[in-house]
Amino acid sequence: MLEILLDATVRAGTPILFATLGAIINERAGIINLGIEGLMLIGALSGFAATFASGSLFLGVVAAFVAAFIAGSIHALICVQLRGNQIVSGLALTLFGVGITALFGRGLVGQTIEGFERHAVPLLAQLPLVGKAFFNQDWLIYFSFLLVIAIWFFLYHSRWGLNLRTVGENPTAADACGIPVNLYRFLAVACGSGFVGIGGAYLSLVYTPMWIENMTAGRGWIAVALVIFASWSSFRALGGAYLFGGVTAMQLRFQAMGTTVSVHILQMLPYIFTIVVLVISTLRLQKGASQQPGNLGLPYDREDRK
Amino acid sequence: MILRIEKREQGSALFRSLTTTASLLCALLFAGFLLFFAGVDPAAAYLEILKESLGSSYGLSETLVKATPLIITGLAVSIAFRMQIWNIGAEGQIYMGACGATGVALFSGLDSPLMLPAMFAAAFIAGGLWAAVAGLLRALWQVNEVIVTLLMNYIAILLTNYLIFGPWKNPDGYNFPLTAQFSDAARLTEYFNTRLHSGFFLALFCALAVYLLMERTIWGFQVKAIGSNPAAARYAGMKTGLAIFLVLALSGAIAGVAGFSEVAGLQHRLQHGISPGYGYTAIIIAWLARRSALGVVIVSLLMGILLVGGDSLQLSWQLPVAFAYAFQGLILFFLLASDFFINFRLRRVKETDDA
Repeated sequence: MLEILLDATVRAGTPILFATLGAIINERAGIINLGIEGLMLIGALSGFAATFASGSLFLGVVAAFVAAFIAGSIHALICVQLRGNQIVSGLALTLFGVGITALFGRGLVGQTIEGFERHAVPLLAQLPLVGKAFFNQDWLIYFSFLLVIAIWFFLYHSRWGLNLRTVGENPTAADACGIPVNLYRFLAVACGSGFVGIGGAYLSLVYTPMWIENMTAGRGWIAVALVIFASWSSFRALGGAYLFGGVTAMQLRFQAMGTTVSVHILQMLPYIFTIVVLVISTLRLQKGASQQPGNLGLPYDREDRK
Repeated sequence: MILRIEKREQGSALFRSLTTTASLLCALLFAGFLLFFAGVDPAAAYLEILKESLGSSYGLSETLVKATPLIITGLAVSIAFRMQIWNIGAEGQIYMGACGATGVALFSGLDSPLMLPAMFAAAFIAGGLWAAVAGLLRALWQVNEVIVTLLMNYIAILLTNYLIFGPWKNPDGYNFPLTAQFSDAARLTEYFNTRLHSGFFLALFCALAVYLLMERTIWGFQVKAIGSNPAAARYAGMKTGLAIFLVLALSGAIAGVAGFSEVAGLQHRLQHGISPGYGYTAIIIAWLARRSALGVVIVSLLMGILLVGGDSLQLSWQLPVAFAYAFQGLILFFLLASDFFINFRLRRVKETDDA
């Protein structure tokens, strides 16, 4: 029973994990991205469409990354080069994503594909309790583990990561050191968006292997909130995403057990839970444990240097 | 020779409206490409939008019907904008307002002169309380109001579904998720045998009230002052936290009124999808109107044309309703890009100048 619940937790948490990681990369460069919901949908549709057309799940994942990378570039162009309002641009990206996927996904509604299969990791899958949940999963979940470590390593143990953090923290100082601020910001937004797209593809390639209009159902917004919970760290994002996955898994479990509580009330739980988590992590942030990039949300203009 | 970006002095009003118009046209053009790739003839589609929304008296009345909730929610979002507060939750507040009004209509037992004012008040309070949650969290602890208001949209819609699938379901409704129809006392007046109802005049009245509140009262001045420079406003002794709370609550309350107008004027019952995203369109309207109540009315009428036309495209070309969102996203993208050309200018400089 607990094993099944843990397994469902990991699977429900993985799309949010990819999305949160992508959003963290965006915000580390100082750019808020409220287009996560739209990017996930774009990833979900292009991933599904590519797999449906080619039969290759790998191509589906690549297509999801590329499509979300391109869509994220619009946000990057507006926020970085054109110094536009990041909140409005992100909302526009979400609206655009919802609309364009509904338009181009029309023909794919009701089609099915063979989703990713499970592959047990030798030895690790034998671990009691957690073995099956974490190490008898599909390739995308293993990739998400790898990505968590890779992003941590990149941010704290590579020169480029240090540069990226500097750009988000204090672009003026970064510029003075000769770091190309706009290039870093642009690439961070575009690549981060690409990972968000893979999160969407997890939904359409694994979780429910089909395309449904607006299938993300607010997961992108939950990811935006989890970035604050994760204090912009990839390991804490893992924890946050699984916490959310756990609430979803339990909610589904309750539904399956046929409780007398209304489905609609149960479905509210993840959203209410996210708001509570957001409040707690905001309070903690103010106690001085802040990892928030210093220049988050502000455009950088060299002419404004003081 | 290279290009250099320079700050520009505030451009003239003419230049601003020209760039806004140009960005709308670019959005139309780009959306045309999308339609083309989706197998729809864009020229025919645009012609159909104009014909359906403006080409007949019925079309015109439908445009006003669609503009009604847009004006009210656009105003709601725009007063929060004044203070640099983002109310992305107008969608949920519409639903809560509709629930409040429906509760009174179905269960209060009131009659004619009292019924509609009571429904109005219930919607105002329900929408206001819903947004006040985000307002309280923001004022007390600086919790990000964008995320809270947005997540509460999902909760509001689920709560509405709970009511219409559960306790409020019409017992004689063949198990459809709808409430019973409202009595005549709980309906707004309709005109000229169309669906146009007095909610439209309520919307215009709201525009006037918001204009007076923001431009002619001390409170409105404070809101604008806090929005443009919170530190200075605090130094001048203004209570910023309280103002943030009140602005969000008022914004939600106004959006709740749109819910009242929709159920009392149009649907005459509570059902699924009473708002097909008016709360999100309202954000664009508030942004496009650039802080003016009159602007909100004008832009809402334009959006009304788009929505009426969009509904007919949905029937004739099987376009999904959500396509309107893609179009709205494009409008915002181009507007943001045009802001750049309003605030900056590109100037050619000789390379020697740069050093």
